[in-house]
Amino acid sequence: MHAIEKILAKNSGRTEVRTGEIVTAKVDFAEINDLYLQTVYSFYEMGGEKVWDNTRCAFVFDHYAPCPDIKSAANHKEMREFAAKNGLRYHFDTDCGVCHQVMAEAGVIYPGMIVVATDSHTTTHGAFGAMGTGCGATDMATILMTGELWFRVPEIIEIRLEGEAPKGVYPKDVVLAVLGRIRADGAVYKAIDFTGSYVESLNVAGRMTICNMAVEMGAKTAYMQPNQDVLDYVSARAVRPYEIQYTDPGYEYSESYVFDVSALEPELACPSSVENVHPLSEVIADGPVKLDQGYIGSCTGGRTEDIAIAAGILKGKHIPPYTRLIIVPASRDVMKECMAKGYLQDLMDAGATVTTPGCGACLGAHEGVLAPGEVCITSTNRNFPGRMGSTEARMYLASPATVAASLLNGVITDPRPYLD
Amino acid sequence: MNTIITGKIIVVGDNIDTDQIYPGRFLALTDPKEIGSHCLSGVDEKIAADFPKGGIVVAGRNFGCGSSREHAPIALLNMGASAVLADSFARIFFRNAVNLGLLPVICKGIRQHVENGQTLTLDLEAGTVTVQETGEVLPCEQLGDQAMKILEAGGIKPMMRARFGK
Repeated sequence: MHAIEKILAKNSGRTEVRTGEIVTAKVDFAEINDLYLQTVYSFYEMGGEKVWDNTRCAFVFDHYAPCPDIKSAANHKEMREFAAKNGLRYHFDTDCGVCHQVMAEAGVIYPGMIVVATDSHTTTHGAFGAMGTGCGATDMATILMTGELWFRVPEIIEIRLEGEAPKGVYPKDVVLAVLGRIRADGAVYKAIDFTGSYVESLNVAGRMTICNMAVEMGAKTAYMQPNQDVLDYVSARAVRPYEIQYTDPGYEYSESYVFDVSALEPELACPSSVENVHPLSEVIADGPVKLDQGYIGSCTGGRTEDIAIAAGILKGKHIPPYTRLIIVPASRDVMKECMAKGYLQDLMDAGATVTTPGCGACLGAHEGVLAPGEVCITSTNRNFPGRMGSTEARMYLASPATVAASLLNGVITDPRPYLD
Repeated sequence: MNTIITGKIIVVGDNIDTDQIYPGRFLALTDPKEIGSHCLSGVDEKIAADFPKGGIVVAGRNFGCGSSREHAPIALLNMGASAVLADSFARIFFRNAVNLGLLPVICKGIRQHVENGQTLTLDLEAGTVTVQETGEVLPCEQLGDQAMKILEAGGIKPMMRARFGK
């Protein structure tokens, strides 16, 4: 069996599961973000009274942190009341950040677990050898009532990433290259296991970036076998004992793809589809792409490592007039670390706007929304029409290095000459 | 449950993500009718106002990809849609739709056989889609047992209420 199958088997009280089977599995942690007041409504509509376990579920207020309008404030108020009424042990209010970063930092994510959240990017937690998957409000309400959810045991695709990344090629570039080949629906209903020497040597932040974007290929979940970096991270934080699962030797994947990371260059997903991926050099060769906004943030590209790269490129310089660069640290811990290391100061001196940790303008809610006709380069995960504001705005997805170098020149720019 | 559905169609493209079905700027809304009035406004703001009651959305591949927002099927249902026929569906959208009683039916290549404004009859048990204007009959995939169990119960909410004796 694959490690993912072992996780599903363990949590559904079986010794074995097979591809295509429907199993009902216990959920180790359930998270509801602040777009999902409907979860509370569905919970009561279905006759829910108290959540099944007040130590295994939490709200994270990240999409509207802090609230931009009366309606979202009223939603938060109702959710706080639900959390208090149920005595939830964990509650992450508007001071915390993006759910996937916040949950990992709080130690509620660890290898071998199942985490379900009302957020498609829950695939992120494959970075820790956990099975993470997203669901809607009403599925979540059934979890809050029963502590379990039905799953179809997925086919598992291997994406083997071999070799060392050249200078200027970051985990975001690697996952964009993968996405360009697998396409936006290449892994629908399936799981992706990222393997290979590149993954084995990758740090926690890079692993999270890659697993995060598995859902952009349609994946139900992602997986990476934990390495020492992961074990160091979770052993310092995990709030429960955990058991790492290992894939049996000789496990047969439904499909396998191999990528030579050492041959990659910086990549871009061009407007307006995540699968419209091109090497940066190809886009630049077509002529200058003038930018209005750069954005570094989100559960994909807003960690300390991402902000550090941007600060390194922009320190002592300034972005051009009539452009703006929005920096949204993924969490309070990330923001504090970036403050302590001087990155935020360097970026603010370079003309950046630093906002509250959270999802911000990644989904067009607030804090950096785009006007019609504007062009944005962003370290986030989606460039769908209207994702960050106007449907007539255009978004390019890139690594934080490419975002920073591009804003420095006001046009899409290769970051490699700016790296030490 | 009603396994034969007839409705007028609107045709949309590939990779219609949940931001196009229900743009982020409306996510704080909770009134289902109001949510329905913004349905598919990321594709065309006029779609919801003109949508025929009980109509069917016809799409290409990967319908409902992106965000897990349940507002997407809530919006489609409250706009008046009874079913979505597409080459393929994103997983979370598929689950959300079934849970709420909106039929997500795979009908590969359907867009090559239909035009905006035509009337289709979907027969779930027979696994067919009939184009009323041309008489053409197209095959569609059956929904799985798990999905049918939920749909026959009237959605996940009645199913859970029955389970908990509410």
